[in-house]
Amino acid sequence: MNLARIAIKSIRQRALASSLTALSVALGVMLMVAVLVIFGVVQRTFSQRSFGYEIVIGPKGSDLQLVLSTIYRLTPAIDTLPYKYYLEIEKDPRVRDAVPITVGDFTEEGGFPIVGTNKKYFELPYAPEPDKTFQFYDDSEVMRDPFDAIIGSEVAKTNGWTFGSQFQLVHGGAESDHVHDEKFTVVGILAPTGTPNDKTVFLHLNGFFAIAGHDKTLREVLQKDRDFFGPNADNAPLDDPEWLRTQGGRHAHHHGPMPDLHKSVSAIFVNVVRPEGAERFGASTLAILFKNEISTGLQAQAINPIQPMNTLMENFVGPTRILLSVLTGLIIVVSGVGIFVSIYNSMSDRRREIAVMRALGAQRRTVFSIILAESVILCVAGGLLGALLGHLLVFVAAPIVESYTGLLIDPLTFEPVELALLPALIALASLVGIVPGLTAYRTDVAKTLAE
Amino acid sequence: MTLLLENVRKSYREPNGDVLPVLDVERFALADGEQAVLVGESGGGKTTLLNVIAGITVPDSGSVTIDGVNIVRLSEPARDRFRALRIGFVFQTFNLLPAFTALENVLLGMSFSGRRANRGRAISLLERMGLARRLDHRPGQLSVGEQQRVSVARALANEPSLLLADEPTASVDLGHQEMVLNLIREVSGEQNVSLLLVTHSPEVAGRFDRVEDLARFNRAAGDDGAGATA
Repeated sequence: MNLARIAIKSIRQRALASSLTALSVALGVMLMVAVLVIFGVVQRTFSQRSFGYEIVIGPKGSDLQLVLSTIYRLTPAIDTLPYKYYLEIEKDPRVRDAVPITVGDFTEEGGFPIVGTNKKYFELPYAPEPDKTFQFYDDSEVMRDPFDAIIGSEVAKTNGWTFGSQFQLVHGGAESDHVHDEKFTVVGILAPTGTPNDKTVFLHLNGFFAIAGHDKTLREVLQKDRDFFGPNADNAPLDDPEWLRTQGGRHAHHHGPMPDLHKSVSAIFVNVVRPEGAERFGASTLAILFKNEISTGLQAQAINPIQPMNTLMENFVGPTRILLSVLTGLIIVVSGVGIFVSIYNSMSDRRREIAVMRALGAQRRTVFSIILAESVILCVAGGLLGALLGHLLVFVAAPIVESYTGLLIDPLTFEPVELALLPALIALASLVGIVPGLTAYRTDVAKTLAE
Repeated sequence: MTLLLENVRKSYREPNGDVLPVLDVERFALADGEQAVLVGESGGGKTTLLNVIAGITVPDSGSVTIDGVNIVRLSEPARDRFRALRIGFVFQTFNLLPAFTALENVLLGMSFSGRRANRGRAISLLERMGLARRLDHRPGQLSVGEQQRVSVARALANEPSLLLADEPTASVDLGHQEMVLNLIREVSGEQNVSLLLVTHSPEVAGRFDRVEDLARFNRAAGDDGAGATA
């Protein structure tokens, strides 16, 4: 009969007290695992590795809001950039890829964010190092008609949409009452990517512009154009009715395709030209110079998308994770103290048992090890149960967290750092088992048997 | 010669600092397979003598030789191992561990010897004790007589050469005393185990050929050493 078996027998002898102490450890570990898993998801979601472009160009304003609105689609867009500006950026010799992005509306069903873009978005990698490109479900088509739509895997799953499904949009947010009249048709479904793309509905840029209400009067457009480009803006004769007619009138798309002058984008995703494999993604000198040049002029800002997220992680998410980890760690330590109290209290009742074992030939270190093994078994059993409960908690909470935050949480996510919990628990158990173990070690056999 | 004590002295220090002699034995021996009974006044040092023989208590001086090994000179872990292998102990109050079944209590005694627990021997010993149908019963589910028989099986589990029994029938009801005593003597005889049995009972003592009164060979017994049972 080995030490572990003897220890388990003793634990079973005090089943209620043992179960309660193990349960307290389990609850602590459950919270710890949930914190680790959820923060792991947050960290991965908001890391450079989940976004395949080096630079995001958007209107001046908060860089964090630009990232959250255009990449993560969690907040409203800051403002817009003239479409003409996108065309300029695209033609810049330093630019390898430029993809226009418009955001703002949501699906009527499910409240999923709408992104207007072009087919290039689906040809380029959505995440770098190694490059990951979009995969489509069979029978998917690229957007040809302005009212074609491609949907992310989560959208398809949640809304039950498939090829041919039709849907309408809500203007500027799911809470808004205004439902656009236009109907869009699903022609493509993306395979899961583990990125915000899974929860996005993509429209053709022209489709996005074709929606009533997404246009402005020509006077407003020109004024914005002048504000943006300053002296370089078109010197349009706003008071000339004939010129206005050639520009498509006051609301161009009612009578044909919207002229470029009316179009605007929320952001431009950019990769600069760089020699293949020459420099790390997002860190080339050219990227930095290009970014700085754009940010110093006009009304636009160019940002490295990792920077605002890093700032957010370092200033808020990171410390919050540490705080919650410390708190849950303390819960585990308190549970460990519970194990100590439970075993230590039992020692007075078990002194005679210990003495009998010693009289039967058990060595001091043997009885010490039995007590230590009890502590370790209780802690590890509680820990394993807690890890299981933690993942169960994440499994149950994932859809709720998703609906509130938009974070995509794989319920089966496992964080490698969880493996560190096991040695930590064994160390804690050993620590709390030492004092009761020493009590067993020091038992005076003759005196105890005589009592 | 299984057991030989020579010039064994043991004393304790009292709380007031006085030294209290408990044991002073010039010579005590037990031959191979011999069965002897030890009688004496309460507090006369009987339990201390058993603890010294078992290596639980180390004497202040003298030698305790079992199977040719002076256990006083052994380190504590070596003495523990020696005790597990060569000495069986039957307690007055059985001292079975309540969390373990009858069979597990016997196996537990084996597991401390460092040898692989012999389940077959444990079962046959319990069967020999008339407990074939009680193997999986816990102490709380056994009668006192059955409990003491389990403790005898446990004491003999490692094939010891010496069996120490401290008032083994004192806590057993009258109906079972005879049975327990007979089993201890019979099985010890079958396995050629030397037996030293401590008792207060004249009836029990009367059944042995050799009866030793501790007061006669413990020179500390007359030094007002009464009360030192530790």
